[in-house]
Amino acid sequence: MLKIDSLHVYYGGIHAVKGITIEIPRGKIVTLIGANGAGKSSTIRAIAGLVKHVQGHIAFTGRDGKETELTGKTPETMVKLGIAMSPEGRRILPHLTVEENLRLGAYIRTDEDGIVSDIDMVYSLFPRLRERSWQRGGTLSGGEQQMLAVGRALMSRPDLIMLDEPSLGLAPLLVKEVFDIIRQINSEGKTVLLVEQNAFAALKVADYAYILEVGNVVLEGTGEQLLSDSRVKAAYLGG
Amino acid sequence: MSFNMFVQHLFNAITLGSLYGLVAIGYTMVYGILRLINFAHGDIFMLGAYFMFFGTVTFNLPWGIAAVIAVAASSVCGVFVDRIAFRPLRDAPRISALISAIGVSFLIENLSLVLFTGLPRQVIQPEWMVKIITIGEIRILPLAIVVPVIAFTLVLGLLWIVYRTKPGLAMRAISKDIETTRLMGVSVDKIIALAFGLGSALAAASGIMWALRYPQIHPFMGVFPGFKAFIAAVFGGIGSIQGAMIGGMLLGLIEIMIIAFFPSLSGYRDAFAFILLIVILLMKPTGLMGEKLEDKI
Ligand SMILES: Nc1ncnc2c1ncn2[C@@H]1O[C@H](COP(=O)(O)OP(=O)(O)OP(=O)(O)O)[C@@H](O)[C@H]1O
Ligand SMILES: [Mg+2]
Repeated sequence: MLKIDSLHVYYGGIHAVKGITIEIPRGKIVTLIGANGAGKSSTIRAIAGLVKHVQGHIAFTGRDGKETELTGKTPETMVKLGIAMSPEGRRILPHLTVEENLRLGAYIRTDEDGIVSDIDMVYSLFPRLRERSWQRGGTLSGGEQQMLAVGRALMSRPDLIMLDEPSLGLAPLLVKEVFDIIRQINSEGKTVLLVEQNAFAALKVADYAYILEVGNVVLEGTGEQLLSDSRVKAAYLGG
Repeated sequence: MSFNMFVQHLFNAITLGSLYGLVAIGYTMVYGILRLINFAHGDIFMLGAYFMFFGTVTFNLPWGIAAVIAVAASSVCGVFVDRIAFRPLRDAPRISALISAIGVSFLIENLSLVLFTGLPRQVIQPEWMVKIITIGEIRILPLAIVVPVIAFTLVLGLLWIVYRTKPGLAMRAISKDIETTRLMGVSVDKIIALAFGLGSALAAASGIMWALRYPQIHPFMGVFPGFKAFIAAVFGGIGSIQGAMIGGMLLGLIEIMIIAFFPSLSGYRDAFAFILLIVILLMKPTGLMGEKLEDKI
């Protein structure tokens, strides 16, 4: 569904992503893992149209089989094609209520009934959000904000959902909850691109994984393959 | 001062305050979203008054229709200012946009001087608005009731847009995090244009009503009301719409009441606002309703 071919990302003189090639098949969970500064966020920000200096190809094939080149496109185009992103650091709008944050996620939609039922769907996925629907985003705990960020990304009814470090800063129990939710979202038919530093958990849910180091893909394979790979074990799974 | 006199002054203060408030809202909206002071905003106020003049005097249109057309035309001018002066500089350092704003302001003023000439023009005041009515012992102009009523209706309409509609939601979101709002599929440039359009419409409405109250208009008539409305916006807490209206009201009250109680100070009338600005910046830079901002110009 998404094919990234020799993608380069530059920030001024910094060459952050150095020609990576990645494929995300429809219906799968694909993960990008790597240390700080490896270029994970830069890659998905390039898909979203948030970075300026991008080279290479990002081809998205929609449900109708039509292929669209995403480089040089705006985030608006991305959302309309059926891709949603939950950015690094959650980026909840702190002054808007939980419900308004969700409605913002549904901005491109006009089917009020569908929006209302999807808000309800998000609340059943994350019951803690329902209790807090009138609370301002900024007053939520970190874990609740992460749930809201994932829920918000679901609100545009995307085919592909990109999550940038959804487990960052969460307690172990919540991390498990987030990964369970990712599995559930995927089992309901959504393709997932997961960026993670928590390599173990990510490899366990992923169908396919890419390991990034300083802007290059250094290793790829199915989640299982990489989990048992000695190099991966040494570098990312703590021995 | 007699009670009746006081009530008359109070009406004047509310009228002036509503006019400042309407202009202040435009400053506050643009600042809230772009962290930028739109120096050309006072000139949109002036354009509103001129469009009203042309509508009623040149084209003989009825008062109400001319006003609606003038507001719409000024609103388009405001959007145009954003398009040519600010949008190309969205990613530039803020100081560039600030200089651009000052440039556009000079451009509009001097272009108006050429096109409209510097001769003050006389706006037609509908007779019923300026025929003094007496309620008991109190003598007031109907205008002093019409202006606040229109102003508050417009502000309520704006608040409805900002708090109850989808573009309003996007506007509030943009004011905190432009990038995340874009990620949700919001076309940020359109929403910013809408903010300029709405702010300019209110400024034009204010300019029109100002011209009905003080019927001499000229190309620089927006300069001082613009400064004062800006001060009102800072006073109320820049970024807050309600704050802008409250700031405008209080500034109107301060100006009128100081002169009413100390007529000998009337020569310093324009200085009060600036003294107020200095006092606010020293005592409470975030204003009455303002939130803490990380950075200010
Ligand atoms: N806006 C920017 N300006 C300049 N350099 C940047 C910018 N964003 C990222 N970089 C640089 O690009 C490189 C890759 O950053 P990126 O954010 O993609 O890494 P990451 O893999 O997501 O890391 P983390 O796990 O810490 O989030 C880093 O060296 C970073 O310093
Ligand atoms: Mg990152």
